[in-house]
Amino acid sequence: MTHRVDARGLSCPQPVVMTKRVLEKTRLGMKAKAPGEHEASDASGTPEVIEILVDNRTAMENVSRFARYSGCDVTIDNGDDNDCYVIRVCVKG
Amino acid sequence: MNQRRVVLIAGAVVGALSVALTATGNPANMGICIACFIRDIAGGLGLHRAEVVQYLRPEVPGFIIGSMLAALAAGEFRARGGSSPVLRFVLGFFVIIGALVFLGCPLRMILRLAGGDLNAVFGVLGFTVGIWAGVFFLRRGFTLGRSSRMSIGNAMVLPIVSAFLLILVIAAPAFIFASAKGPGSAHAPVLWALVAGLAVGALAQRSRLCLAGGIRDLILIRDPHLFNGFAAIFVVSLILNLISGRFKLGFEGQPVAHTDGLWNFASMAAVGLGAALLGGCPLRQCILAGEGDADGVMAFLGMLVGAAFAHNWGIASSAAGPTANGKIATIVALVVMAIIGYTGVAVSRRPDHQRTAREA
Repeated sequence: MTHRVDARGLSCPQPVVMTKRVLEKTRLGMKAKAPGEHEASDASGTPEVIEILVDNRTAMENVSRFARYSGCDVTIDNGDDNDCYVIRVCVKG
Repeated sequence: MNQRRVVLIAGAVVGALSVALTATGNPANMGICIACFIRDIAGGLGLHRAEVVQYLRPEVPGFIIGSMLAALAAGEFRARGGSSPVLRFVLGFFVIIGALVFLGCPLRMILRLAGGDLNAVFGVLGFTVGIWAGVFFLRRGFTLGRSSRMSIGNAMVLPIVSAFLLILVIAAPAFIFASAKGPGSAHAPVLWALVAGLAVGALAQRSRLCLAGGIRDLILIRDPHLFNGFAAIFVVSLILNLISGRFKLGFEGQPVAHTDGLWNFASMAAVGLGAALLGGCPLRQCILAGEGDADGVMAFLGMLVGAAFAHNWGIASSAAGPTANGKIATIVALVVMAIIGYTGVAVSRRPDHQRTAREA
């Protein structure tokens, strides 16, 4: 399951706050569906991923640092141009 | 270089330059103070007539141009804006009102503490409570709305105005004001102040150094990253003050400070709340303005106009203490900011502001 957060045009800390909210909801959902399971996945076994779109480097750095600090794996794509970063956060339980 | 090291180096250099600027002429515990310097610039331009605080401080144009050059070099210079510019002006206006009742921006608050001024402890407590209140709104979805790309002219106005201010301070035409006594008359040589300002602007741009952000992120997401810069400023300036004999511990007789704990607390609470809603402290607003952010420019202009009002209306404090008008203005600032916070939460709950989606 992929959750998408569009934080383009928003200044910090809003992209981080939005990411935090979705991350907490995702983890709550995972706990409800699979109690005791450590690997983040939905009922079908697909990993839970949060995809965050931001349009400035500061937001990209802050969101990715927050996600790593929260124990998630993070990959960053520079999108189609230098004005958009796509941050993929793989949620761990 | 990793981000943690960059923010630590930036904090250490800002702390060192602050003490160096004091040693070369700036007022005590005021090596760098965004609020005081913007107030002096407002006075230098004749926007207020408080004769002791008038001087076109070269440091501020230095912050803006330094940030612009660093952003250009890193490919981060972007003209953007349109995120509640009027509210940002209002927040900038009231942030500097609070700072001038306290007598210092968040950066000077740390420098005062590092100089042994215990009155700043009340400021730190108030600032933290103000940021905590801002986090209350942020957690509930507070937003000033999205910014978008703009034409390049929007990004160039403030750097060009900054360059013009530098020409004015060097040319010193008759229509520019300069204090003969008081804090405005105490200043480092122009070239040195400009170089220090450029360095601080560039380093703050690269490190995203933000005094409000340091405490905000600790409360909001338990992330000490930006707070490291905050701590580095304090530690380095404290050590240099101790070595150079500038450290003087106590409440009484501190330079450009008053001893009213309640209003030191309340005024910095207003600064903290306003900075949290704006997304950054006064220094960060200057840096954003230099990067091409027209919203940062609006906050800067709000601070410039607010500084003029603070002196024209007898709001700014002096060493004698806060004024009656200053106390009223602080309360008004807190109320206005709370209303902006509340309405910003309400706006975020409208469907057109929700852009999170769940895809299978």
